[in-house]
Amino acid sequence: MAELLRTSPLDAWTDALERLPDTVRIAVEPYVAMVDVRLGTVGAAASAALGVDLPTAPGTWVPAGTGRAVWLGPDEWLLSSTTETPEELEARVRAAVLPLGGSATDVSAQRIGLRLTGARVRDVLAKGCSIDLHPRVFGRGSSAQTTLGQAGVVLLALFDAADDVVVLVRSSFAGYLADWLLDAALEFTTTPTHDR
Amino acid sequence: MTSPFRTSTGGRIDRATTVEFTFDGQTLRGHPGDTLASALLANGRHQIATSIKLGRPRGIAAAWAEDPGGLVQIEEPFPEPMLLATTVELHEGLAAHGLPGQGRLADVPDSARYDAVHHHVDVLVVGAGPAGLAAALTAARAGARVALVDEQSEAGGSLLSGTERLDDAPALQWVAAAVAELAGLPEVLHLQRTTAFGSYDDGFVLALERRTDHLGAAAPKHVSRQRVWRIRARSIVVATGAHERPVVFADNDRPGIMLAGAARTFLHRYGVLPGREAVVFTTNDSAYDAALDLHRAGVHVQAVVDARPEGSPRRAECERAGIRVLSGAVVTGTRGAERITHALVAPFADGEVGAGSAITCDLLLVSGGWNPAVHLFSQARGRLRYDAALGAFLPGEELDGLAVAGSAAGVPDLAGCLTDGQRVARATLAGPPAADDRLPTAPESAVPTPPLVLWRVPDTSGADGSTSFVDLQRDATVADIARAIGAGLRSIEHVKRYTTIGTAHDQGKTSGVLTSGITAELLAIPVQDTGTTTFRPPYTPVAFAALAGRDRGRLFDPERVTALHEWHVAAGAVFEDVGQWKRPRHYPRPGEDMEAAVLRECAAARTGVGILDGSTLGKIDVQGPDAAVLLDRLYTNLMSSLKVGSVRYGVMCGVDGMVIDDGTVLRLAEDRFLVLTTTGGAAKVLDWMEEWVQTEWPDLRVHCTSVTEQWCTFPVVGPRSRDVVGAVFPQVDVSAEAFPFMTWRDTTLDGVPVRLARISFSGELAFEVYVNPWYAVAVWQRLLDAGRPYGITPYGTETMHVLRAEKGYPIIGQDTDGTVTPHDLGMAWAVSKKKPDFVGKRSFARPANQDPLRKHLVGLLPVDRQTVLPEGSQIVEFRTDGRLPPPPVPMLGHVTSSYRSAELARPFALALVKGGRERIGETVHVPVDGTLVPVEVTGPVLVDPEGARRDG
Repeated sequence: MAELLRTSPLDAWTDALERLPDTVRIAVEPYVAMVDVRLGTVGAAASAALGVDLPTAPGTWVPAGTGRAVWLGPDEWLLSSTTETPEELEARVRAAVLPLGGSATDVSAQRIGLRLTGARVRDVLAKGCSIDLHPRVFGRGSSAQTTLGQAGVVLLALFDAADDVVVLVRSSFAGYLADWLLDAALEFTTTPTHDR
Repeated sequence: MTSPFRTSTGGRIDRATTVEFTFDGQTLRGHPGDTLASALLANGRHQIATSIKLGRPRGIAAAWAEDPGGLVQIEEPFPEPMLLATTVELHEGLAAHGLPGQGRLADVPDSARYDAVHHHVDVLVVGAGPAGLAAALTAARAGARVALVDEQSEAGGSLLSGTERLDDAPALQWVAAAVAELAGLPEVLHLQRTTAFGSYDDGFVLALERRTDHLGAAAPKHVSRQRVWRIRARSIVVATGAHERPVVFADNDRPGIMLAGAARTFLHRYGVLPGREAVVFTTNDSAYDAALDLHRAGVHVQAVVDARPEGSPRRAECERAGIRVLSGAVVTGTRGAERITHALVAPFADGEVGAGSAITCDLLLVSGGWNPAVHLFSQARGRLRYDAALGAFLPGEELDGLAVAGSAAGVPDLAGCLTDGQRVARATLAGPPAADDRLPTAPESAVPTPPLVLWRVPDTSGADGSTSFVDLQRDATVADIARAIGAGLRSIEHVKRYTTIGTAHDQGKTSGVLTSGITAELLAIPVQDTGTTTFRPPYTPVAFAALAGRDRGRLFDPERVTALHEWHVAAGAVFEDVGQWKRPRHYPRPGEDMEAAVLRECAAARTGVGILDGSTLGKIDVQGPDAAVLLDRLYTNLMSSLKVGSVRYGVMCGVDGMVIDDGTVLRLAEDRFLVLTTTGGAAKVLDWMEEWVQTEWPDLRVHCTSVTEQWCTFPVVGPRSRDVVGAVFPQVDVSAEAFPFMTWRDTTLDGVPVRLARISFSGELAFEVYVNPWYAVAVWQRLLDAGRPYGITPYGTETMHVLRAEKGYPIIGQDTDGTVTPHDLGMAWAVSKKKPDFVGKRSFARPANQDPLRKHLVGLLPVDRQTVLPEGSQIVEFRTDGRLPPPPVPMLGHVTSSYRSAELARPFALALVKGGRERIGETVHVPVDGTLVPVEVTGPVLVDPEGARRDG
């Protein structure tokens, strides 16, 4: 029997996203292993066990191996890995935090990442996000849990210029958000073809 | 054809280009840069419509949004009602007609786009007149993030309407330089055609940008027509200028009567003469500019009528120009039909009007002083103070983060407005102002004579104030205010509502303060005590389409879909909305209606095998040493005794003992559970758990994480489900002995983890298949392929409902409504008697919970075996005569779920009925479409009450 094929919630949007101009590029980051980590105290023991210093400043993220560690709350983080399977990541992180009174839950399929790059990214996001995305405020390493349009999202700033942002969205909302982004980016296209 | 009232030169219109438009069916011409109003005036047309109640001719009375009269209906390019001719920019092909106070919405869908943008700044400046530009320059030069918004098509504010000079050059040269300088600064957002229409707490301002309205049919389709700017500012500078205030006199509403400043605007900005023979009636010095400017432009100014006995120092200037000035005189009335023909002028001293005479004119300009536009300040809850010298309400206090500058703060002259703008902006800066922050030099202004505060001229016409209009749009007069006061009203808010003054499109921009003044006069109390009515957003009307923005059509509300959505679409599913989810309701085959499809799907699940996409079920991962303790406290039944590898059904109640959710719980490990909730209850139950853990039991070592979208769930249901699941997962022993009901097993499929659970929401043998959604389509397809020999049938939510209802399984929120206990549902078995406490337990002991007449969940079988009772139908006692008694008819309960059953070969229903369990076997009546349908009350479980089928 053939191997099980994976599908992404945004497979049907591939063509539409590819037609976007260079000023608003949207690339889907599917199939990234992610765990939700809950841990009361962060210290040397946690860093040693996890191999990353979990960020403690609200609204930040740091690189963690091949993935990222995103601050979600005073005792909650989202840890991702592009090289481990969801089961491997959950098992490793769970083993690391259980002795410290923490927990870890595989949430790899809960969210999908969209990477937005280009000079107009900030303008597009500003149409549906009420937080200040000015580079002085939302520079590299910043994160935010907010809404974009009517979808709950996590935003990660990848560079200081605010023209490179990852949007993590619940998988069931991904189609809505992709439609919303295409609609919001429409005025920056020179030959608008997207019409609903 | 040249427009007869167009000047030969001047104005900020593009004379080289002509645009054609129609008004009231007549084709007319104007120029880019015109408003509809200025183009009409250029063609000699003052009257726009007749008034709403009295049918009196009404015309253009102002030059911008304060105009109370000139409402039009746009027909082309897109039907839009209730716009002001003074604020509609002219474009080729514009078609409009005048409106007597009421318009008509388009009966075709609006294809234009609307959107919103969030913007954050250090300083928001509202108004690009002299004070606003000075403020924006000061803030921007110091490096602040600045937004400058202005409602006109170009910057300049009052400077666009006059001949002022700055730095010894026309003031508009300075405006152009300021705009260019701002455009060169990266942190400045400068928006014209943008009205700040609401100011709210914490520096939040809403503004409407009209982006393409002025382009007419040439507007690009992929750019939003209007945009709502949601601006958050550390500091707000309100530099919104002032509105000229009329004076009320008899017959003050005829076309050809307008504010003096408006005439100046039409002349200087649009190159239009609003008449040939003018009378200027004023209480202050500002109208002298209008008189002199119109005179220089060739208008014959018959007289300046100044109510002040001492007149104005500018009298000599007028007289040198040959303009007669009548000091200590007023206009007491007018004559004319569709246009003013005469102004009636009389001496005025100590409030007494003398004998008058008529002066011919086709234009009467009026100025009763200036009302600072304090709307945004007042909306932000700033207190206003009455200035008796100006007869105006001014900002009466300092607000945090919002300052008023220029004529909006009562500053009378250009030089003062510039320095005020700069001063206010400097106060917002964290650091020192920029070194190059200089202001242009304005000429010294003459010392003005104090204005006379005159709200109305005594009515000598005999009409007793009934033709002295305060609010022209509402046809409301001095007599109406007197009537309100006569009726005992004292509060200005009550007077407003009694007279409807200030409730039209203009929200009382010209009539509001007049009403305060006249009311105070009639009550003989100080105007300060009368105050103003409350200023509320929006400052000018905003279309609902603009407020909706992008949130319409498919984006109105997010559509949540499962990983299988594309498959469902391809399979021809008919979807239903379950919260925000799109769920397949049924999968009709060609020629099938819903009833036929659901009967077929039900039969497959009861006799063969069916498969459902149940992925929307809420799922919560509960981890930690105290996970079992938490669940014991939140469920009515015991969860801590559940063995790893097993599943238990549970009911959750609120503190009032009413059912809030139900579902199954899988124990994954000693310290880990997977909690399943209803689709609609997913977020609510997680919040509920977090609330208790965070606020009441922070000592519990437990964490809850939503995994709703981490697992797709496919119930494979029916007598042949074991064959299908066994074929796809051959390493799992699916026999009833090895894999009993209410247990789960983990396995893999080509290395992909899969969880199987023996859970049944249909009473049939069933396996729920859990898999990461990445693999959902592939696993679903494997199940379908394996089920093909057994005729596996995908089924939707409608069939799911029928199957569960036949078994008497309630849907929380459909069969319950927040007043139903587990006992009412016949689930006393799910309420632990051993546990010392759990949420809701205390309430079960209340006397009301023991009432034998509480409503119970029961089954209903229509005796005719035909009628599908409408859900929500009321249930009444059986009537031997088959007729409803006269109201009030005592109700026994209502139908909560109702379906046609393939298994029973008849319709059935679930219902909440008073004392229902005691009524089993009785017949009651259900009124349906005017007739009483007899139904038999039964237990809720109608199919397989022994539970013989669940093991296949």
